[in-house]
Amino acid sequence: MKIGVFICHCGSNIAGTVDTAQVARTALEFPDVAFATDTMYACSEPGQEAIVQAIKDHGLDGVVVSSCTPLMHEPTFRRTVERAGLNRFMFEMANIREHVSWIGKDTEANTRKAAELTRMAVEKLRRNMPLFAKQFEVNKRVLVVGGGVAGIQAALDCADGGREVVLVERESTIGGKMAKLDKTFPTVDCSSCVLGPKMVDVAQHPKITVHALSEIEDVKGFVGNFEIAIRRKAAYVDWAKCTGCGLCMEKCPSRKSLDRFNEGVGTTTAINIPFPQAIPKKAVIDPAFCLKLTKDKCGVCAKICPTQAIDFKQQEALFTEQVGAVIAATGYDLFDISKYGEYGAGKLPDVITGLQYERLLSASGPTGGHVQRPSDGREPKTVVFVQCVGSRDKSVDRPYCSGFCCMYTAKQVILTRDHIPDSTSYVFYMDIRAPGKMYDEFTRRAMEEYGARYVRGRVAMIYPKGDKYVVRGADTLMGTQVEVEADLVVLAAGAEASQGAGKLAEKLRISYDKYGFFLESHPKLRPVETNTAGVYLAGSCQGPKDIPASVAQGSAAAAKVLALFSKDKLENDPMIAAVDIRRCVGCGKCIQVCPFKAIKEVDFRGEPKAEVIETVCQGCGLCTATCPQGAIQLAHFTDNQILAEVNALCLA
Amino acid sequence: MSTYAYYPGCSGLGTSREYDTSTRAVCRALGLTLADIPDWSCCGSTPAHTVDHTLSSALAARNLAQAEDLDASALITPCPSCLTNLKMAVHRMRDRDFRDRVNKLLDRPVRRDLPVKSVLQVLVEDVGPEELASRLPDKPLAGLKLAPYYGCIMNRPPEVMQFDDPEHPTAMDRLMLALGADVVPFPLKVECCGASFGVPRKDITARLSGKLLETAMDLGAHAMVTACPLCQMNLDLRQDQAASALGRKFQMPVFYYTQLMAVALRLPQNVIGLNKLCVSPHIAFAAMRKARAEAGRRDPSFSEEVA
Ligand SMILES: Cc1cc2nc3c(=O)[nH]c(=O)nc-3n(C[C@H](O)[C@H](O)[C@H](O)COP(=O)(O)OP(=O)(O)OC[C@H]3O[C@@H](n4cnc5c(N)ncnc54)[C@H](O)[C@@H]3O)c2cc1C
Ligand code: SF4
Repeated sequence: MKIGVFICHCGSNIAGTVDTAQVARTALEFPDVAFATDTMYACSEPGQEAIVQAIKDHGLDGVVVSSCTPLMHEPTFRRTVERAGLNRFMFEMANIREHVSWIGKDTEANTRKAAELTRMAVEKLRRNMPLFAKQFEVNKRVLVVGGGVAGIQAALDCADGGREVVLVERESTIGGKMAKLDKTFPTVDCSSCVLGPKMVDVAQHPKITVHALSEIEDVKGFVGNFEIAIRRKAAYVDWAKCTGCGLCMEKCPSRKSLDRFNEGVGTTTAINIPFPQAIPKKAVIDPAFCLKLTKDKCGVCAKICPTQAIDFKQQEALFTEQVGAVIAATGYDLFDISKYGEYGAGKLPDVITGLQYERLLSASGPTGGHVQRPSDGREPKTVVFVQCVGSRDKSVDRPYCSGFCCMYTAKQVILTRDHIPDSTSYVFYMDIRAPGKMYDEFTRRAMEEYGARYVRGRVAMIYPKGDKYVVRGADTLMGTQVEVEADLVVLAAGAEASQGAGKLAEKLRISYDKYGFFLESHPKLRPVETNTAGVYLAGSCQGPKDIPASVAQGSAAAAKVLALFSKDKLENDPMIAAVDIRRCVGCGKCIQVCPFKAIKEVDFRGEPKAEVIETVCQGCGLCTATCPQGAIQLAHFTDNQILAEVNALCLA
Repeated sequence: MSTYAYYPGCSGLGTSREYDTSTRAVCRALGLTLADIPDWSCCGSTPAHTVDHTLSSALAARNLAQAEDLDASALITPCPSCLTNLKMAVHRMRDRDFRDRVNKLLDRPVRRDLPVKSVLQVLVEDVGPEELASRLPDKPLAGLKLAPYYGCIMNRPPEVMQFDDPEHPTAMDRLMLALGADVVPFPLKVECCGASFGVPRKDITARLSGKLLETAMDLGAHAMVTACPLCQMNLDLRQDQAASALGRKFQMPVFYYTQLMAVALRLPQNVIGLNKLCVSPHIAFAAMRKARAEAGRRDPSFSEEVA
């Protein structure tokens, strides 16, 4: 075997603390190495061409590149060796940047370690075999989880691209947070006028099926062939019959039910259609407040429903959908403001969240768009806005910026002045983050044209005084304490991961950060992909995002899905497990540990043997570590290859 | 009931003698045994921890070591400032290195992990408002409207103090309700009274204490009730300063909560020490009687001093 070794400088990233030329010289002494050199940027075009050339000139059978993490460039170099006529698996990579040059300053030690890692890669490559992918069919339907604006955009783009879409939404209607907003920055256009038509498009699109009031129960399978179990909660209304006429809401006597759509501002009826533009526009009974379900009384809705849609005995339903790709678009939830005891949040009736304020501003909200204090219905004349509540605050474990609150506060300041011309707004802020197009101009407008008083500083305390609230804070520009007597206080509650995001991520086998936001596969270059093939992200489930960014991601995720579905067949990863039936004793331990159910028991001349289902195996390697006989081996990571690497290290 | 090692703190022997005597008497009346810590010394007070954490903790920890022979279930103190120093020392000494450094400074190293609590915590948790109320079926303080004021450090920082809500504490409220009194929804329970700024910048203390008095008055409170010697002094002694700072007139009696408990439990007047207060407490009791008369309630008999 003839091996070529390339030691990358990565500019000065590696060459700064590793003597790359020396590593190349050392590598020449390793067994089977026929060629070794250092190179400025192995991944650059000339860098890759040099590799191709060397393979041709020296008749190499395999290549080792010692450079950065294989996460980024292993696919690049595999394509390079393929271009030169080698099998893509006749390539190995040693990470001498993240594992060597970036973590140590001692050039001599670094050079030695780089050589040792290179030797490991060479020893592994000596035992590599050409591997070939198998092809399998793709199911060209896509599942979108979450029907906020990001999910809606993704669903519409996929459907317009000719693919069938299954949209699963936890609430009884799609729309997400945007459906609750009054106007949107920076154009101050009406939120439901922009979103409403898109929601109708979803409802009417022949290629989109909406499962509302539903959640993902289980996910099986792999890219191109997912099997999704979905649980639909009981609505106590047969939606096939419900026409959304709303008669039931008029007659329901239980009028003190929690109004979730209006964020608890005001109350609603136990049977409820959250808002007139709801999609699907179907009634749902809240079992916690329904007199029939709690006390076996009433039942008036069943009596008056013109289509006999009410079904108090309705149960949850469990069903499955087959899809080839998944887009997660589960959005965000608001930080629980009651964690700020010093703001009286959750205790004082007129200290509310920004989203509650949107409902007070909205013409379709509980006050018909008249801004009124929740406590006494009075129109507030002095409104204090407090930014960064539950954002950028380590003491509540929310060190990150929620991104959109500076902007929506400016919007609410402008709207407040429009609603109540003789009102004064104060905004306590840390600094203004308005980096989008026309964003800074927008916040300046709030200050300069709408006369909002922006006070730079944190609020320390909010307490009631008579029928007003004293908001005390620091003005760090003036270096003084300030106190404002407010009629209404609006806390710009930050964004956090949507409830249950972590559990969903685990079902989808994607990663999430410590705050529950889903992790993209590369923060710059793969923003809507995950590390699980066939699962994509859109919107604020990945991190707080405003509407333009969420929509852009919805479209981006759809484009990725459409690209995936443009192929009729996908290739599997050949790095999967295979059973040596001469060694297999049929104990079945591998079947038990396989998380993908990729191993089955077969009968071989009357004896039980394990067999790998090649399209299902994900190459995780659990079985190989479990098999007492060493009979099941993972291609490209066989026991022999790994032991050769260990030996190479011990020898060094 | 078990024994508590009692740390009165230096104000207990001076400016807040009535807090100390009423605390001891109330504890005795409710069956709590207090044992004085032999040869107790300064907790470090305000200056020590601004200079050196190890030295300051050693000052406090010496008392923990001194208390070890008493076979007590906890070390308790009425003073929030002493409490902070003692609890902070215990908190910091959870770190082995820190503990070793402190112990090196002490003749007698700290060996036990004696819990440190406020007297308030013990009265609320080990006796309890229900038990207290059941001993006082005649609701002796009915009609009295109180603004309970906890001060800034009784419950904070929460991870060290581990008692009650750090922003909206209720322990004293519950005890006062058990005596039959009313409590107003006082929003400034944990606000700063100006603390020791009364010495270098009395204008600041006057303003801050004034704000507390003003808020209590506007809420219709007959009196304020505190658990801290320094708060009590600022609020009670400086009402004239506060009045000129805010341009208002104040006549707001400021009690230690243990004094009101002692009144309700009909303990002898020499331990209650109402005569030590600057603003006459009779204003509050007169208001209480008036409210009671209006509600058609009979007066329970009190000691002469209250009457
Ligand atoms: C007060 C306020 C004002 C704002 N104003 C503006 C503005 O003016 N302009 C602007 O650009 N942005 C604004 N924003 C930001 C805006 O709300 C977000 O950018 C946008 O809603 C993000 O959309 P999304 O689809 O990612 O998430 P969401 O709107 O949160 O939608 C997520 C959807 O997924 C569903 N879901 C969650 N979990 C599951 C699950 N496990 N299974 C099934 N479904 C699930 C939810 O029910 C929801 O319908 C504002 C935000 C706030 C709080
Ligand atoms: S291969 Fe990796 S280490 Fe080398 S230049 Fe490219 S990025 Fe840098």
